[in-house]
Amino acid sequence: MDEKFTIGMIVNNQAGVLNRVAGLFGKRCYNIDSITVGETENQQYSRMTIVSRGDEYTREQVIKQLSKLYDVKKVCLLPEENAISREHLLIKMHIPAEMKAKATEMINSFGGKILDFWDDCVTVEITDSSQMIDEFIHLSARIGILEICRSGCIAMVQGKDSPLTVEDL
Amino acid sequence: MLITGAQILIEELIQHGVDTIFGYPGGTIIDIYDQLLQHQDRIKHVLTAHEQGAVHAADGYARSSGKAGVVLATSGPGATNLVTGIAAAYMDSSPLIAITGNVATSMLGKDSFQEIDIIGVTQQIVKHSFIVKRVEDLANIIHEAFLIATSERNGPVLIDFPKDVQQAVFDYHPRQNIVAPSAPPQPLFLDYNPAVTAIANSKRPYIYCGGGVVRALAGQEVLGLAEKIQAPIGLSMMGLSGVPSSYPLYLGMTGMHGLYAANLLQSEADLLIAIGARFSDRATGNVQEFVKNRTIVHIDIDPAEINKNIHSRIGLCGDIKEILRQLTHRVQAKTNPQWLARIADCRQEQKALTADPQAFDPQNIVSLVHQFCTDDTIIATDVGQHQMWVMQYYPFEQPRTLITSGGLGAMGFGLGAAIGASLANQRRRTVLFSGDGSFGMNLIELTTAVCQRIPLVIILLDNGMLGMVHQLQGRFYGKRFSQTFLDRPTDFARVAQAYGAEGYTVTNLSEFHEALRQAFQLDTPVVIDCKISQDREALPMIPPGSSIKEIILK
Repeated sequence: MDEKFTIGMIVNNQAGVLNRVAGLFGKRCYNIDSITVGETENQQYSRMTIVSRGDEYTREQVIKQLSKLYDVKKVCLLPEENAISREHLLIKMHIPAEMKAKATEMINSFGGKILDFWDDCVTVEITDSSQMIDEFIHLSARIGILEICRSGCIAMVQGKDSPLTVEDL
Repeated sequence: MLITGAQILIEELIQHGVDTIFGYPGGTIIDIYDQLLQHQDRIKHVLTAHEQGAVHAADGYARSSGKAGVVLATSGPGATNLVTGIAAAYMDSSPLIAITGNVATSMLGKDSFQEIDIIGVTQQIVKHSFIVKRVEDLANIIHEAFLIATSERNGPVLIDFPKDVQQAVFDYHPRQNIVAPSAPPQPLFLDYNPAVTAIANSKRPYIYCGGGVVRALAGQEVLGLAEKIQAPIGLSMMGLSGVPSSYPLYLGMTGMHGLYAANLLQSEADLLIAIGARFSDRATGNVQEFVKNRTIVHIDIDPAEINKNIHSRIGLCGDIKEILRQLTHRVQAKTNPQWLARIADCRQEQKALTADPQAFDPQNIVSLVHQFCTDDTIIATDVGQHQMWVMQYYPFEQPRTLITSGGLGAMGFGLGAAIGASLANQRRRTVLFSGDGSFGMNLIELTTAVCQRIPLVIILLDNGMLGMVHQLQGRFYGKRFSQTFLDRPTDFARVAQAYGAEGYTVTNLSEFHEALRQAFQLDTPVVIDCKISQDREALPMIPPGSSIKEIILK
């Protein structure tokens, strides 16, 4: 029953707002898989993307409860079928000499970019959907992961629709 | 005009119609108290004995008047002492403005003396909160705070006000017109058809009202619908006083300690029209049983309440007064003779549960008090068995005449709230029902009641124990009465006298009658300590998580 879902929000760009949003999830026993925040083109507002999981009841309640927060200006579900979602990964891998060719091939096939390399160690960046990032991490585990850092998901609706524009605020 | 932040606060409070505030001074709000002294002819400050008393008083003021209640406290302990009161206001959607001092902005975050991050502490129990870091933002913040507290679903707002901002000077110009905050959102494009059809198809309609009906003063609209479709009315505890109990099909409180007929008929209804209610677990018991075999129409101002605790097939969201007018206009008048006969039967059965009229029983005590009251007398309660007895037996007629802590169930709420409620209504006659447990928590506010000359009759239903928990231990914990007997020698009548109030101790109905007669002649606080039996339980009771099938009557 529990499915992943993605929420997009426009919120006041102020101290404490992240706290209020995260606090609401805590208080109502909702999950946060990932949360990202960044300023929009209007400094007054930030955009948040939250990936959560739950059944239909939870989805409906999360949106309704978030809408009640004073600092939340807009909130909507970003349905998987028509949303573009991306995540950024930084990964530091230990690559033994005999694995080098295989690792390079794998990094290339994911469109990865090598940012830093040493004798037996590389740091790679990858931008893709969260599922592909999961997949890359899974494959990398066979080679040797030293450290990973994921950005959390950011997402937007496809096409000309812009439910989360800040222009009309 | 160049004035300080503290002065701006006073001006803004007055602009927003505040005539009375409740509070307690301290180091980080001296500047505001300095201004209160200078403007004491324009705004009244009520000094309590403890900040908790002040916040409950402000809440009582709000509940009884519909206006925002304002409480002022210093930083640190002053602020943390507000927490229970803010939570009580939050759980019952009461419009409260809590203003706390704080250390100067340069000292924030350094664990300074009496510094507490009260915004963080109260984050989950406020509708919103502000910290004023720049004096130029202050007037707008106060205006927003009043708007938020008193619009849509009401709730508490906290303003944290550092000392240096109170002292900072700003060129202040009062706003020309205050946006009226109380206009509820008009329901737009609502589809009334499903509700109209459900009502037309129902044979046993039942109207169930919650606190939203009280807050919206929608009693007449509820009656309009009820009369047109011949539905009985039951209420949640917070809904009491929302519709007059003199309505012929009035059934009274439902829920865990609701009345027998009100609960039984609710369980037999094929249509439940819930208005301004949020289906608390205390009101529904077992949710599956509660929704079984019936259609639920849920009318509420808060969209998040629709389908939160109960999945209603039909939700109508917006100003309940307007929705009820529209709905009543659209439904066909109907008669339900069989349903009316069933209602009459159930009420007859309920009569068998009446106490012996000679006994010094809570039912007779509450009824006797009612004989001394008028329809506009404010009835406040604390929390526990006495609270349930008042809800069961007091026939409320006018909205906002019941002041009680429902959602939070905060013992110690009553005395402060009663003081605030009376003051909000030109010192109207007020009765506080309390228990020896609840009253013991905050009885220090007797001093406030005395100093403020509140015409307050305090009825203690004193059974020498923490009765509600005792009752649960007796029923569900094998009579293992852990820490619920209060073997205390406290003489509440003499305590009252020590505070400058009158005090009586009574042990039977005729003594009680005489004490009431004297008490209601006075315009000052009186405590009547009623020594009642330890054997009397708050019944009926539907055990937590159960349904009408498990109702305990004896």
